[in-house]
Amino acid sequence: MRMTISKVNFFYGSKQTLFNINLGIAVNKVTALIGPSGCGKSTLLRTLNRMYETVRNARLEGEILLDGQNILAQDVTSLRRRVGMVFQRPNPFPKSIFDNVAYGLRINGSKVPLAEAVEKSLRHAALWDEVKDHLHKSAYELSGGQQQRLCIARALAVEPEVLLLDEPCSALDPISTAKIEELLVQLKDLCTIVTVTHNMQQAARISDFTAFLLIGQLIEFSPTPQLFTTPGDPRTEAYITGRFG
Amino acid sequence: MSSNLRWRKFVSGFMLTMTGVCALVAVSVLFFILGYLVFHGGTSISWNFFTKLPAPVGEGGGGMANAIVGSAKLLLLASLIGVPVGFFGAIYLAEFGGGATTFVVRYAADLLNGVPSIVIGIFAYGLVVLPFKHFSTLAGGFALGLMMIPVTLRSTEEFLRGVPRALREAAMALGASKWKTVATVIVPAAYRGILTAVLLAFARVAGETAPLLFTAFGNRFWSPGWDQPTSSLPVMIFTYAIAPYEDWHRQAWAAGLVLLGLILVINIVARAILARGIAVPRS
Amino acid sequence: MREGDEIARLITFLFAASVVLVTLLLVFELWQGSILPRHKFGFNFFRTSVWDPIFDQFGALPFIYGTLVTAGVALVIAVPLGIGAAIFLAELAPARVSDTLEFFIDLLAAVPSVIYGLLGVFIVVPLMREYIQPALKNTLGFLPLFQGPVYGVGLLTAGIVLAIMVIPYIISVSREVLLSVPRDQREAALSLGSTRWESTWQVVVPFARGGIMGSIFLALARALGETMAVTMVIGNAPVISASLFSPGDSIASVIANQFTEATGDLYLQSLIELGLVLFLITFILNGLARLLIVATSQKGSAMGNA
Repeated sequence: MRMTISKVNFFYGSKQTLFNINLGIAVNKVTALIGPSGCGKSTLLRTLNRMYETVRNARLEGEILLDGQNILAQDVTSLRRRVGMVFQRPNPFPKSIFDNVAYGLRINGSKVPLAEAVEKSLRHAALWDEVKDHLHKSAYELSGGQQQRLCIARALAVEPEVLLLDEPCSALDPISTAKIEELLVQLKDLCTIVTVTHNMQQAARISDFTAFLLIGQLIEFSPTPQLFTTPGDPRTEAYITGRFG
Repeated sequence: MSSNLRWRKFVSGFMLTMTGVCALVAVSVLFFILGYLVFHGGTSISWNFFTKLPAPVGEGGGGMANAIVGSAKLLLLASLIGVPVGFFGAIYLAEFGGGATTFVVRYAADLLNGVPSIVIGIFAYGLVVLPFKHFSTLAGGFALGLMMIPVTLRSTEEFLRGVPRALREAAMALGASKWKTVATVIVPAAYRGILTAVLLAFARVAGETAPLLFTAFGNRFWSPGWDQPTSSLPVMIFTYAIAPYEDWHRQAWAAGLVLLGLILVINIVARAILARGIAVPRS
Repeated sequence: MREGDEIARLITFLFAASVVLVTLLLVFELWQGSILPRHKFGFNFFRTSVWDPIFDQFGALPFIYGTLVTAGVALVIAVPLGIGAAIFLAELAPARVSDTLEFFIDLLAAVPSVIYGLLGVFIVVPLMREYIQPALKNTLGFLPLFQGPVYGVGLLTAGIVLAIMVIPYIISVSREVLLSVPRDQREAALSLGSTRWESTWQVVVPFARGGIMGSIFLALARALGETMAVTMVIGNAPVISASLFSPGDSIASVIANQFTEATGDLYLQSLIELGLVLFLITFILNGLARLLIVATSQKGSAMGNA
């Protein structure tokens, strides 16, 4: 297990939004978090890199281990280098393509030659060929799908152990979505992937393990083929057959 | 933790603390200003201040009664000019206007708003003082009124536009004509914002000195009517502060306290009105 | 439209049109009212530093100099302080603290110029004369900026008072602009292992760059047009000097001081021409400021829609 979530309860102020979550994230595999709106899947994702700490009144109880060590006891800045994130809407910085990817490297004082590292990341994100002659143009000149791949490259540049993706394709067109889905499957050799998606077919296509959440509770967690063909819980079955959601 | 990270975290904590210091410094200026005014001005405020005319130089016991009345007259005139133009002009923009006219009027208002107050004074001098060949309350009131127009206009327009469509449509569905709808439904719905805008514009011009320097000019005595030069609080503060007489300095502090007190109270009241509820009741 | 509506339309139109009319009239008056010096001096008006009413010589250079120097000093002090405070209010302070402090900042913006002048004359000037200027002279006196006799009044003092006056504008506009930066910009920076300061300074602030520049232009426009506080502490001497301790004069303050004493049309109209110059400069700055501020807030909402 790359990451282990034990007995996690999560609160916004006095309101509890995650109840006793216990979950293991397997190394170099894609784990999908699915469930209807408001079920807590994004909240759960954001606990993995302590991104919830940017919100006041957010509180977590329980333990989350990364390679056996509790992330809550560690320095958050170093944690976030090891657990990267890609967001729902592409959000490149107001800088050039090159500087976007290089940002994480520069911040962390990396001694690696930047040009090589940037190229490597852009290749991993399947974006290199499209931008190699335009590295110094503004990131905003790219299309939506390209911007999202740029964000993936940016996250990959610091060589994270885990990559978190929060509905990475929901703002994109079908063709860009397909490209990114293909990318994620290839990336798992590089790092462990956890992705939130509201698109069940996507989860079925790309993930190795799937967790189904409902109103803050983990209902079922199994290898993807098993969850989608023979779900153990009737609520899981109801969701994947579209009876609600 | 690597030493690089330790340094970065230190820098982060330090810089963020510094921003807090900046905010503290900025806000504390307000309290310094109030503190000094209360300290120096509070001791000089007296019954004489409010009731007596300025005494001849060297004599004590003078006051600023004429300045207070003068300011009141100037502000009254300013409001009579600024408020109707701003209010009705805003109604035109929000309810009747279209495309080009709206753009031009808004642009002119924004332009007028950015004109330095001393230049407004020059304009009022040319327009009102020269033809009548002397300084007057009228000229001063005109200058101040000009300055009230843009704020009143733009804010009122914004608040009128903010009234939900549903309200308009309900009134019109009942057969009300446009102007009736505006008068009986829309304006009342936006009254809080409009009132706030007027108050804030008023507070702004209450403290203006530069435009009065060569319009209302100044007067050591009462100024009857509207066509004579008149004293005003801000100009008195200026005149007394730069003069070499200790007694005048004390009076300048007192006047400063009164003026700032008035302006701050109006500002606070205006914001309170706005905060209490911009909205129209939901149906 | 019904008859009542037609009348209402007409009446309100007249009021709205009067705004445009009065603005046009203002520009016209400034232009016409400065006809004599414009014909007599042409562009030399801006290059001559002699201002001598007795010999009918009017050169605007000392006032342009004084205006620019005081505004420059004001910005050098106000911009770092203002942006720092805005960062604190937008990024660090909890919402209620931020709103309360902003309330006080707004009140500061409402304090009239003459009150700042009052405090300038009785508090800042003595402070400068007794403590700050001598201290500067002792430590940095090798620079021409801090040489010469210490009066208390002067360019530096005026600049400092101006700085205090324009800080609220920088803070409120920058704060709003920073608050409008999409959350996920900051989060993306944090998610790459940035410290809070790094995410603020290297991502959020650059994103809001345009709007912040806009706030600076607004502050500059305000500083240039400021009259009373400057008049009361600048020393009122039409000289150009390298030292910040020197008394000087700004465009607005020379108009304020000399307008009612101006004898003769050329004298008066030269002052009016100064007013015209001031008008044009603030007009351009305000226009630029508005463009920048609007452009930045549109950038925030257009993000992610590529």
